[in-house]
Amino acid sequence: MAKVALVEAVNLALARALADDPQVVLLGEDIGMNGGVFRATVGLQERFGPNRVLDTPLAESMIAGLAIGMAAMGMRPVAEIQFSGFIYPTIDQMINHAGRLRTRTRGRLSVPMVLRAPSGAGIHAPEHHSESNESLFAHMPGIRVVMPSSPTRAYGLLLAAIQDPDPVVFFEPTRLYRLNKQEVEDNGQPLPLDTCFVLREGHDLTFVSWGAMLHETLEAARLLAETERVSAEVIDLGTLSPIDYETILESVGRTGRLVIVHEAPRTAGLGAEVAAEVAERALYELEAPIMRVTGYDVVTPFFKLEHDFMPSVDRIRRAALQVLEP
Amino acid sequence: MSTTTAARFEIKSRSYLNPEGRLVGTPPAIVSDSDLLKRLYRMMVLVRTFDSKAIALQRTGQLGTYASCLGHEATHVAIGAAMMPEDVFFPMYREYGTQLWRGVHMEEILAFWGGDERGTAFRDQPLDFPWAVPIATQTLHAAGAALAFKLRSEKRVAVTVIGDGGTSQGDFYEALNAAGAFGLPVVFVIANNQWAISVPLKAQTACETLAQKAIAAGLPGIQVDGNDVLAVYEAVTEAVGRARTGGGASVIEALTYRLSDHTTADDARRYRSAAEVEDAQKKEPIGRLKRLLTARKLWSDEEEQALIQDCQRQVDAAVHAYQALGKPPRSDMFDYTFAELPESLQQERAQALAEEGSHHG
Repeated sequence: MAKVALVEAVNLALARALADDPQVVLLGEDIGMNGGVFRATVGLQERFGPNRVLDTPLAESMIAGLAIGMAAMGMRPVAEIQFSGFIYPTIDQMINHAGRLRTRTRGRLSVPMVLRAPSGAGIHAPEHHSESNESLFAHMPGIRVVMPSSPTRAYGLLLAAIQDPDPVVFFEPTRLYRLNKQEVEDNGQPLPLDTCFVLREGHDLTFVSWGAMLHETLEAARLLAETERVSAEVIDLGTLSPIDYETILESVGRTGRLVIVHEAPRTAGLGAEVAAEVAERALYELEAPIMRVTGYDVVTPFFKLEHDFMPSVDRIRRAALQVLEP
Repeated sequence: MSTTTAARFEIKSRSYLNPEGRLVGTPPAIVSDSDLLKRLYRMMVLVRTFDSKAIALQRTGQLGTYASCLGHEATHVAIGAAMMPEDVFFPMYREYGTQLWRGVHMEEILAFWGGDERGTAFRDQPLDFPWAVPIATQTLHAAGAALAFKLRSEKRVAVTVIGDGGTSQGDFYEALNAAGAFGLPVVFVIANNQWAISVPLKAQTACETLAQKAIAAGLPGIQVDGNDVLAVYEAVTEAVGRARTGGGASVIEALTYRLSDHTTADDARRYRSAAEVEDAQKKEPIGRLKRLLTARKLWSDEEEQALIQDCQRQVDAAVHAYQALGKPPRSDMFDYTFAELPESLQQERAQALAEEGSHHG
């Protein structure tokens, strides 16, 4: 089994989907000959041909709109948005059409498309390349939002997203693209959507996070165990909409403490949603207030300050110690 | 300095049937197809009968806001007639003539404007998209469907309609550009009815024609008299045929006039003169086709009387079916959000249904 980085796992999943289903077509800017600006689609046009891996003109609303039309005709388009800050022109198409078509035609037409997009800061990129915008899409009915946090989950969740009969926005944390390698078996097996993944078991507190922030969250959990003898459970949300609350509630029921970690700005971020749901359904099982460790409510800074913006291991650790105070 | 002409373009404008109902110039092939001419006429009269009934229903509180198609009948019906059943139509929101031709039911149109999603389920039209109220978004869906046809080597065509105002949207340009770049089997019909709610064409664009917007995308563009059913039918037939045989996309600007308010929620007297509307009324499409049919002895007063009665009967039956529809079950709100309802939505659904049964629902 080969050890691959997250971006290579994405490539493996795309290749597998292209090989398994003739209706799968990739489209996006610079994804063909160039293999994508992050190289997620490298070699795929060469292998599957220009009718399966399409370089499109440069227009993001067009990419989303084309994918909707293709999907409604029974194809399985997997569209790539080049950089996170370029995704906003797709919002009209996604909210007004991708998420609505099944409902408004009472199931006559559906949109089995995937919109892949990079997400998050931490790679010294130019302006408009470092945004975390998952909560914008999580607020749209009829659309799934998925974010993997490792090569294994990138492979399995992307396959699941492509096979899903409804639209999925699939965010790929650019900071993890090449950070760690993992053994990924290219077995064509999807991982379940709408399900959290428990990455570390513990009994003193529960961390909930997703995407690249799990890297810092797991490190904080390791340090807490090592230096403070604190046993922290770490939950990877995996699918950010709809959220698997049962796994979170079960965990919080045991630990009584919840810290939510995300890179996106705090206000109206998904952390607020998780906190509100847990407060409504499990307030009396909590032994401390729920805490959020998030990006600030500021414009994503240029890269000199990006690490000051993103939650650090230390900020996460301190939040944990605060909820553990007797 | 050296200056040469890098490219040169022109836009043709075509019409066959003048407002008086007389043929001008060489007639198109369709003129010898009496049967088709009569079918077109019958459908145009049916659509107008339906339209006036729908407005009456809205005025008496029996329908929500409704977008009339008064004056557009030739453009809409001709598009339907020029398409094949396996083609796919992507409307904006008043193309009832095309839709009725393609098997959408009048009670479904009423249900849509009556606030009921069963109106967009189209029980006898499995392929076509429902109305697209956000302006110009549908042009990209048509291009996407055409891309699917091309990739799968299917001899099918996507046809979409957009208004004059819609051609100012980015999605419209993006769709035309994609259609040109990929060589897609798609036809864009611009139903230029001169008014985007209260904004006249002159304020919408500095272009002399909307057809010329095709030029920048490398597509052929033509202008036709949109109240001349022969001209629209011929242009769409030509464009659809070209698309079907690998010749790529086209743009057709159909010049028509919105004789009604924008919707029943609008009052066009606020922004345009009665004289302008009166003048446009003289060029409306149904009268001129009737004059042609009559002059060619293809249509009699008896047939006209029978048609009016038949249209009335069909519309009444549709209104009856619409009114019998009732309110959909509350569960319908949830059940089509995803192919399979996720756990969190199952909980919301159960709660909503429990409340429906209680006094507080």
